[in-house]
Amino acid sequence: MTDMEKDRNLKYTVITGNTVTVCGRVLEHEHTGSVMLTEIYRTHAGDWPKFFKMDTLSKVGYLASELLLKELGGCRLEAEEYTSARAIVLFGTTASLCADRNYQETIQDSDNYYPSPALFVYTLPNIVTGEIAIRNHYRGETSFYVLDGFDAGSMAFHLQRAFCDEQTESVLAGWVDSTGNDDFSCFFTLLYREDVQDLERLETELKGIMDNLNDIELWKR
Amino acid sequence: MATVIQCIADNVVSPVGRTSVENYTNVKAGCSGLARYEEMDRVSSPFMLSRIDRHLMDELCTGLGIPDGKYTFFEKMLLTSSIQAVRKSGIDPSSDRVLFIISTTKGNVSLLDRDVKGFPQERVLLGRSAGMVTGYFGNPNAPIVVCNACISGVCAQIEAMRALQSGRYDYAVVIGADEQSPFIISGFLSFKALTDTPCRPFDKDRTGLNLGECAATVVLKAYDGPACGWVLEGGAIRNDANHISGPSRTGEGSYLALMEVLRKCGGTQGLAFINVHGTATAYNDEMESIALYRAGLIDVPVTGLKGYYGHTMGAAGIMESILSMYAVQDGTVLATRGYSTQGVTYPVNVSPDNRPAYGNRFIKLLSGFGGCNAALSYAYYNI
Repeated sequence: MTDMEKDRNLKYTVITGNTVTVCGRVLEHEHTGSVMLTEIYRTHAGDWPKFFKMDTLSKVGYLASELLLKELGGCRLEAEEYTSARAIVLFGTTASLCADRNYQETIQDSDNYYPSPALFVYTLPNIVTGEIAIRNHYRGETSFYVLDGFDAGSMAFHLQRAFCDEQTESVLAGWVDSTGNDDFSCFFTLLYREDVQDLERLETELKGIMDNLNDIELWKR
Repeated sequence: MATVIQCIADNVVSPVGRTSVENYTNVKAGCSGLARYEEMDRVSSPFMLSRIDRHLMDELCTGLGIPDGKYTFFEKMLLTSSIQAVRKSGIDPSSDRVLFIISTTKGNVSLLDRDVKGFPQERVLLGRSAGMVTGYFGNPNAPIVVCNACISGVCAQIEAMRALQSGRYDYAVVIGADEQSPFIISGFLSFKALTDTPCRPFDKDRTGLNLGECAATVVLKAYDGPACGWVLEGGAIRNDANHISGPSRTGEGSYLALMEVLRKCGGTQGLAFINVHGTATAYNDEMESIALYRAGLIDVPVTGLKGYYGHTMGAAGIMESILSMYAVQDGTVLATRGYSTQGVTYPVNVSPDNRPAYGNRFIKLLSGFGGCNAALSYAYYNI
């Protein structure tokens, strides 16, 4: 291993209910929760009106991916050229729970019964992967996995396995949870084949990112 | 020598039968689990559903020694199917060389209904249900839940294959299930995707899909040696990148998934049939015909099972793979129940009757919300 490889640092974005960081840089904002997401969208990623119809999980995932891809520059184009070359593989614990609760409210009472397809579709957690794929014209693999709590070991293993698809050259990888319209936590990173060769190292890196995410949450409280 | 991924045991629990053999025999004889319901709780429009009888499920649980009161209906579905498959396989499910993978779209979502009582709300988390299953078997590994809408069952098998190829595990138990609660039924009704008559895949008069309940399990084994028995050859997952709730007009994702499977698994040689998604919605079946045409597969016999089971969501990819294995070994392309007159732009090779099958392989194709599509290929080697 060369010194340069040793020094490699995964670049990542973090979004929590009150903080947004892009590759370690904190983005300024006035609001928190769902209003903060709209604010960040308008300031940093405001060219995709579909954003406004998304549920919280998709908004968070969409913003995290946009901020990361913009920061990394040419990555978006590279994937457009090779449509099956970039996969989107996301993990979480609460999956679509927030959208599930919102939808359940629309069918809970006979007197106030108004199920809507626009809400129902987001009760599938993989919709966030679809939203990102549409935005970037990624036609590679899209997957959403649910784990019982954050588990860097499992996440690293299954991310490495995503590269078993020979067409996959890079994976937009993330952890995303949302328990309410104002409660969410998420990180996104971009992995290439060489990033997943050493599983132990990837696990340490993912754990480090999650520790950083938790630190941010504590610090802001 | 490459690692071979072999299916060593399977099970299907559904209204059509409690074992794979029972399911296959009944489907071949034309039996369907679909029935019409006028309402369910607050859902007041009529719909068709293939529903597992709750008393029969309890009887099955008692017979298998599953303790009463501890598991939700969804978890009972997972357990009744996986216990039968694991016993058949003879593996030790408590070994750290065994990985459990669960395929579901909505799991215990019915617990969110304030009228449903008896279980803590946190069991709505899919990881908790998966933990109940590994807990039952005493398996020490963190289970993973694949939640990719309607393609989950194919994705779960692909993920199992990849995990086994890593050498970390010797066996993977892949279980798929979904309970059809008012949550899901009202949602599909709101999409106007359901029909209140038996669904008619690929038919010119098709009017929508039916939902269904099913639990299905495959036990996969990794070994180094010559291919033998049912071998999972490969699979691919691709996105349309087009729309979150409508299939691509060009069948892009399904086409790309099929092309990758053909590339990886030796083209169409020995391909007996393609078991399609065939939900009987106007858009899905049209999209699949376009994808098959573009992939050069329009002349290959196709067969769809939704007329027997409805759309069983998390179970679909697994149950439909299992039925396809039995059909190939039986030399049969199963009849597509509900089909009578060609109703797609590129005519597919589909039939309302059972037909002879020629070949030792099949492809299973699925697509789902979020623009996702998946295909896999199994082959039988009689050595």
